[in-house]
Amino acid sequence: MLEIMKQRAKELLESGRVVRVLGWQRGDFPNLREPVFFTTAKQLDNLEYDRFCAANLSKYLIGTDVPTLAFLKPCDTYSLNQLVKERQINRQMTYIIGIGCEGSAKLTDMEENGTLERCLVCTKTVHAAFDELIGEDAAPREKNDRFAGVGEIEAMEIAARYTFWQDHLARCIRCNACRNICPVCHCKKCVFDNTKYDTAQRANASAFEEQMFHIIRAYHVAGRCTDCGECNRACPQAIPLHLLNRKLISDINHMFGEYQAGTDTETPGPLTNFDIEMDKEVGL
Amino acid sequence: MQITDFNPNIVAFCCNWCSYAGADLAGTSRLQYPVQVRIIKVPCSCRVDPLFILRAFQRGADGVAVCGCHPGDCHYATGNYYTRRRMALLHNMLDFMGIERDRMLLQWVSAAEGAKFAKTMTDFVENIHMLGKNTRLADWRVVNAGNNETES
Repeated sequence: MLEIMKQRAKELLESGRVVRVLGWQRGDFPNLREPVFFTTAKQLDNLEYDRFCAANLSKYLIGTDVPTLAFLKPCDTYSLNQLVKERQINRQMTYIIGIGCEGSAKLTDMEENGTLERCLVCTKTVHAAFDELIGEDAAPREKNDRFAGVGEIEAMEIAARYTFWQDHLARCIRCNACRNICPVCHCKKCVFDNTKYDTAQRANASAFEEQMFHIIRAYHVAGRCTDCGECNRACPQAIPLHLLNRKLISDINHMFGEYQAGTDTETPGPLTNFDIEMDKEVGL
Repeated sequence: MQITDFNPNIVAFCCNWCSYAGADLAGTSRLQYPVQVRIIKVPCSCRVDPLFILRAFQRGADGVAVCGCHPGDCHYATGNYYTRRRMALLHNMLDFMGIERDRMLLQWVSAAEGAKFAKTMTDFVENIHMLGKNTRLADWRVVNAGNNETES
């Protein structure tokens, strides 16, 4: 499959259909695969695709103004759609090759190479957008409930919930990796980029700034989060950030109807829309 | 700390067209409501960013109320429909993170409902009295900085 990918990419480069190719190459560590733009056929020999190519490449297409070929896994295409919907990506400037996916592996467990949490509960096995496909759509996986973790926390007492989050978020070093890697966190100026308290001060301060950061980070992507799980993967402190996003997704599903962000590029999101009758049930 | 010692800080975001006028009516009708309520006028309840609410908590508010026109009566036609969805999510989100959901209130108050405004605020302040001081959301860095200033 990798050979076919390389061959197609070279053909498209040579024909002039695209001027650069977005893919992965080997990084500094054995299992690290880093996103990279290839511009020549020779460079394309370094293209890699395996279980460690977990990075969602959609974000790198933001604002692209030259024809770019990108290899996207099924779940990545949802982020692409969401960004096209938000006018961040010009779809005309992209050429998407959907590639099959067997589930991505964790980088941190060098020995075990365990599958990422997001892949264990994957619901996005079919490409939502592509110009051509290489390989199959991912096979439907074992049905794990992605909201199980949310339910466990909801069942706790309020004090236990507070302690749970305090314990996790106190580890936050405010590296901003979760924000920077999130495909739909694409504001040019973030509300948290503030000159008064820099990152270092925040890390040393009490947990609340972190708590607020994480509430707002999750809230700002509410209704737009495709549950791609990149925030969770990027977190160096293993904070279960996906639980915050999934709480919002689960509430949206319950209160405003089932919604999967990025399924298409037209439907208004749940927070930019309303349903007068249905919202009466919200009880506020 | 006894309840009598506790003087809660309450922030109420009121929309310009209904709730702020409702608060005004409560005043001109000489209805009593707790003095701890500090009103911040916003053009529409939809203007209230969740960040405003969290910042208020962080800077020492013990309760935050958001008041707007009744659904269907928004001056901008649809603003409060968005508010309703947003605030419903934020309520649940705070609850999920272990913060008492009663510290936040969303209430529809029209310009004719001075009495409702006064009653809403009285009840809300009473609730906050029962919940006690907001410690879970306070930013100790800001609180401590404030203390240093008063000492020096």
